[in-house]
Amino acid sequence: MPEALKVNAARSLDVEDLSVRYGTSTAVDGVTLAIEPGEVVALLGPSGCGKTTLLRVIAGFVRQAAGRVRVDGATIDHLPSNQRNIGIVFQNYALFPHMTVAENVAYGLRARGVRGPEIQARVSRFLETVQLGGFKERLPRQLSGGQQQRVALARALAIEPSILLLDEPFAALDRNLRLDMQIEIKRLQRTLGLTTILVTHDQDEAMSVADRIAVMNRGKVEQFDTPVSIYDKPQTLFVNGFIGTTNLMNGRVTSRQNGTATVALDAGATLTLPAPAGLGVGTAVLMSVRPEQLALCAVPGPEAWKIEPGLALPIGAQLVHEARAIDGTVLKIIEPRRAAAADADRTYCSLAADARPTLFPRST
Amino acid sequence: MTPERATGVARPRRKLPLAEWQLALPLALAFASIFLAPLVMLVGVSFFNDDKITQPGIGQWVKFLGDPFSYKVIADTMLLGIKTVCATIVIGYPLALIYLDASPRLQKVLIFIIVMPLLLSVVVRTFAWIVVLGREGVVNTLLLQLGIISEPLRLLQTELGLVISLTQIEMPLMLLPLISVMSRLDPNLRDASSALGASRWRTLFKVIVPLSMPGLVAGCLLVFASSTTAFISQTVIGGVRLIYLPLLIWQQSLVVFNWPFAAVVSLTLLVSVLTVVSALSYLGRRSGGYVHG
Repeated sequence: MPEALKVNAARSLDVEDLSVRYGTSTAVDGVTLAIEPGEVVALLGPSGCGKTTLLRVIAGFVRQAAGRVRVDGATIDHLPSNQRNIGIVFQNYALFPHMTVAENVAYGLRARGVRGPEIQARVSRFLETVQLGGFKERLPRQLSGGQQQRVALARALAIEPSILLLDEPFAALDRNLRLDMQIEIKRLQRTLGLTTILVTHDQDEAMSVADRIAVMNRGKVEQFDTPVSIYDKPQTLFVNGFIGTTNLMNGRVTSRQNGTATVALDAGATLTLPAPAGLGVGTAVLMSVRPEQLALCAVPGPEAWKIEPGLALPIGAQLVHEARAIDGTVLKIIEPRRAAAADADRTYCSLAADARPTLFPRST
Repeated sequence: MTPERATGVARPRRKLPLAEWQLALPLALAFASIFLAPLVMLVGVSFFNDDKITQPGIGQWVKFLGDPFSYKVIADTMLLGIKTVCATIVIGYPLALIYLDASPRLQKVLIFIIVMPLLLSVVVRTFAWIVVLGREGVVNTLLLQLGIISEPLRLLQTELGLVISLTQIEMPLMLLPLISVMSRLDPNLRDASSALGASRWRTLFKVIVPLSMPGLVAGCLLVFASSTTAFISQTVIGGVRLIYLPLLIWQQSLVVFNWPFAAVVSLTLLVSVLTVVSALSYLGRRSGGYVHG
């Protein structure tokens, strides 16, 4: 990392009650996000959830129907995209195919009226930053996908943007390269202290790169929190299903205490679990529990339910069991592989010691 | 799977049942008989001194190339082509940009409007322009009534009127290649340019124009070749006072019946157009190859 790379003061980004409509359909529906200076936020969701539209509004390519975008408290809604000073890296990189690598990186500088040796110096500096110092005279089509992405990154960083936007930046890269680029982008972002928004549909990518994740569905933000909280404490059934693998079991609340509820599972066990206040006695609920938070055991008990063991697949250091409960629910159970305890003996399932199941009201 | 040949004779078995040139042979023969043979005959006929085609010699070439009038006609013809190309670029390029920005529904309407002139005969389109450009035509009537001019403009039988009508007649040939190249451009390029701080004009001249060069060059080639040889429009709108190479060919071959001289003029037209066309396509190749996808 060259020392000359100067670190700008990071900017905060606020999205307030933002809505975007295309004709009659609402692509983004009342989204509010307060992003701290220097933070990396991932917009995560299935395709068509409005995450890319939100990114395009921030970049100024799409106009919102309602709401505001602020950088460091000042609204930027009236500014056209070429005056926002926001760097963006596109999914397909959108390098100018008729320009060399150096010309691509210099493009934003020339548009800003930077001239002469200053351009050369900055182009060299940013190409060194992305480790492409020797590729100045190449055309984009003479580079590999990873190299093209580095050029796109250098081009976006060269204008010293206040905010960096990344639209599915790793989708076109193969697996090994993806991890390298994730590390590299994270490193650059740290060094430069850039507030960064990343759009992705890949939860692993969001988990590994982002400080906070905004899970989006149908134009709304379902949950905006740290990766760990989103994984461990999903607030909606959608987030719960979208992040990681989970088991959903039907049950009914039989009694309530402060902060906890006793739930009778249809599979035949009674559990006392932390529960939100909204779930009264008699409410039909879904219990969500991660596969690694279930355990197989040999002895029956009030908190264990009978299962019919199915396949067991060794995957790396883990063993993935498939089992069927008596109400027909198919469960996935992951446990560390061990030689002991033949499956045939363990025909009961219970929560593991560190389990953090979540209860959701069952609709319809 | 390679179908096996009947190998009665001792001959090495071939991978391909037919070489590719053999498959192309019928087409090659057709081209040779309907394009190459007449061309060879044309060259042959041009080397006769008399209109009965009896005395071989270079007399007609000497006569044509020794006459300053010939050079004026060649220059006028090439200039007509260049003016028409310029006019189709000036009007066609913005139209292509509008098409690019239009919604898919509007694009369908626009492409229909663009292609429609091609569905009409050139003769019909040319006569329509007589109605528009005539002394009592739409343009003159409108300008007179608006008080912009005090007496009718002379548009028919002028080069201006001819360029105006050729611009409309040849416009599809400019627009179609231009649109096909432009709509293959990555739309993110414009956004990328804007996000980097470029104004719309900078984006147009630094990104869109260079990347649409292949389409522009193709359009120019077609419009140039087509307008310099547009005998009907040149004659009907330009009249006999404006003389271009195609008119000269027609006069010499069908009025004067001097076929050797007509052959000389034809070959001159062919060489002139080919020269400009190859120069343009050389430029096109140099700028080409940047098209995305």
